[in-house]
Amino acid sequence: MQTLIFRTVAPFLSALMVVFSIFVLLRGHNEPGGGFIGGLIAASALAIYGIACGVTPVRRAIYFHPMNIASFGVMLGGAAGMISIFFGVPFMTGLWVYPNILGVEVALSTVLFFDIGVYFAVVGTITSVALALEERDEI
Amino acid sequence: MAAPSGAAVDISQAMVVAEAPLADWLVIAPVAYCLMAGAGLMMLRKYVKLQPRLAVFGLLALVAMTAGLLVHVLSGGTVTVTMGRWLPPFGISFSVDILGAILAFTASLVALACGLYAAQDVDKTGRRYGFYPLLFLMMAGVIGAFVTGDIFNLYVWFEVLLIASFGLQILGSERQQLDGATKYALLNLVATTIFLIATGFLYGIFGTLNMADIALQAREMGATAPLYTLAALYLLAFGMKAAAFPVAFWLPASYHTPKVVVSALFAGLLTKVGIYALLRTMIMLFPEQRDELATLIAIVAVVTMILGTLGALAQTDYRRLLGYLVVSGIGVMLAGIALATPLGLSGSIFYALHSIIVMTALYMAAGMAARIGRSFSIAQLGGIYRSHVLFAAISLVLFLSVSGLPPFSGFWPKAVLVKASLDAGIWWLAASILVTGFLTTIAVGRVWAHAYWKPADTTPPESPMMIPTATLRPSATYLPLIGLVALTAVFGLYPEPLLVLTERSAEQLLDPGSYIQSVFPEAAQ
Repeated sequence: MQTLIFRTVAPFLSALMVVFSIFVLLRGHNEPGGGFIGGLIAASALAIYGIACGVTPVRRAIYFHPMNIASFGVMLGGAAGMISIFFGVPFMTGLWVYPNILGVEVALSTVLFFDIGVYFAVVGTITSVALALEERDEI
Repeated sequence: MAAPSGAAVDISQAMVVAEAPLADWLVIAPVAYCLMAGAGLMMLRKYVKLQPRLAVFGLLALVAMTAGLLVHVLSGGTVTVTMGRWLPPFGISFSVDILGAILAFTASLVALACGLYAAQDVDKTGRRYGFYPLLFLMMAGVIGAFVTGDIFNLYVWFEVLLIASFGLQILGSERQQLDGATKYALLNLVATTIFLIATGFLYGIFGTLNMADIALQAREMGATAPLYTLAALYLLAFGMKAAAFPVAFWLPASYHTPKVVVSALFAGLLTKVGIYALLRTMIMLFPEQRDELATLIAIVAVVTMILGTLGALAQTDYRRLLGYLVVSGIGVMLAGIALATPLGLSGSIFYALHSIIVMTALYMAAGMAARIGRSFSIAQLGGIYRSHVLFAAISLVLFLSVSGLPPFSGFWPKAVLVKASLDAGIWWLAASILVTGFLTTIAVGRVWAHAYWKPADTTPPESPMMIPTATLRPSATYLPLIGLVALTAVFGLYPEPLLVLTERSAEQLLDPGSYIQSVFPEAAQ
């Protein structure tokens, strides 16, 4: 789209949305949020950037092909479920560790990694659909 | 769950505290593995030469896993693992009995055969557009449906396999394929929607989605809940998935359009998932309601069988003809569900296993015949017997097997089903199984006479677009076909072990005590 205001604002807006999507992803365990909605926000950020500046800059910016990002997400989600094999508990059991990083207790879990997997799967899938549609628009 | 470290919480009220032995991971391994392998191959989709090799080794690993699962279930009884160790019925349970395990094993064998065949049949563009990743995703859906013990989860696996099958079906993007895929997608989505509505209704009645829990409660509930409506809805939804008359027409309208190997996969696996779901819901969950619907199911079975073969008789396209034979086989399987005696169910399950192998092999044979004769029309084909004796012999074995003639695997389930219907006093069901066998023999006899026996037509046919121009490399193409034909021959000559297995799985379906006990160890007493 060729309006000046939109083209100027879009990169900042996209960056803000990606940051916000990570925030939503991380707060998602006990509060509203999570990998799916976070992924959707990130994918719409990339879609906005694509509408404003064209598809090629988006492809350059995310570096990996969106479908590879989605596949990576599925792999990560599956691997997060598989970790429980080493602890004698069934697939996808939530396992927690609480390391002390710089004096702060950080709750890390397999659930978090599964959610990150969902995030990547959603970002990759929706972005690859959105970019394909926007590409068709340019022709 | 995000409790600070050190806080002792009694989790036995909410979670399974018993240790999960490593062997129980075989329940989830095939499904999780297929998803991850599919994702991995998707990342490597640019390496088109590497793809088939990786996929074939991957499918070999899948066969090993499902074989391990079958052995585990045979030795230890029904196995249940609940994801995330939440106590059932709140966690999603995967429960595998003999029926699920044996179907999963057969399905992975067929997938391996198709993976091998696809190395010849799917060109570089097809590989780049993700044939092998989609194959693995579809297998995740198929095996997931066979092993899950949760009815909503069953719906999810149906969706997974459906979405992967859409991708497989339009591989190649030809006009005819898009036409077939539209019909296939639309009618299957209608069936899925009915399935979802029925499941919502079921949750409203029972307040649970765990199949063992539903089976327990349905027996106590009796006539106090609208279970007949529910059973009828499931019959319609899964009947449509399985391609039973009068909701079968999406199958002959679409199965001849994709690549041959994709048709082979679909014909072998997808309709059988519908039959499996019918067995689970009708026999295990709602047996009383099924008794009321029995006459209806029997009539549907008869009409499906007869119309399927009549449709096959009317076709001149090799693949369309096979599509109608798939439908007719579904009718034979429904006959066992209509009878619901141990013998009848055993026959149905045996026929499903036979049909998975033989229908896949028949589509592969159609693909090879088309490569030899440059056409799928049996009128244009000809002289295959003279030019390719081995291939003609293999095809003849498959024709005899699909017609239910001895000494191949199609004979035994039909014999068992005829006996079961006569035992139940339903002579017309027995008669229609026999008539179907006869009509099928005529239909495939026509193919044999035209495509194989008749001398070759010397006028060059116009070359259809669908047929790859690659030359026939005998070893690679014959290997999967010979493997499948060997299976049908072995189980035709020595059906004893398989009959024992199918009888045991029929008993487990009719008396789900062991299934319920594996999910709720203390409730069954």
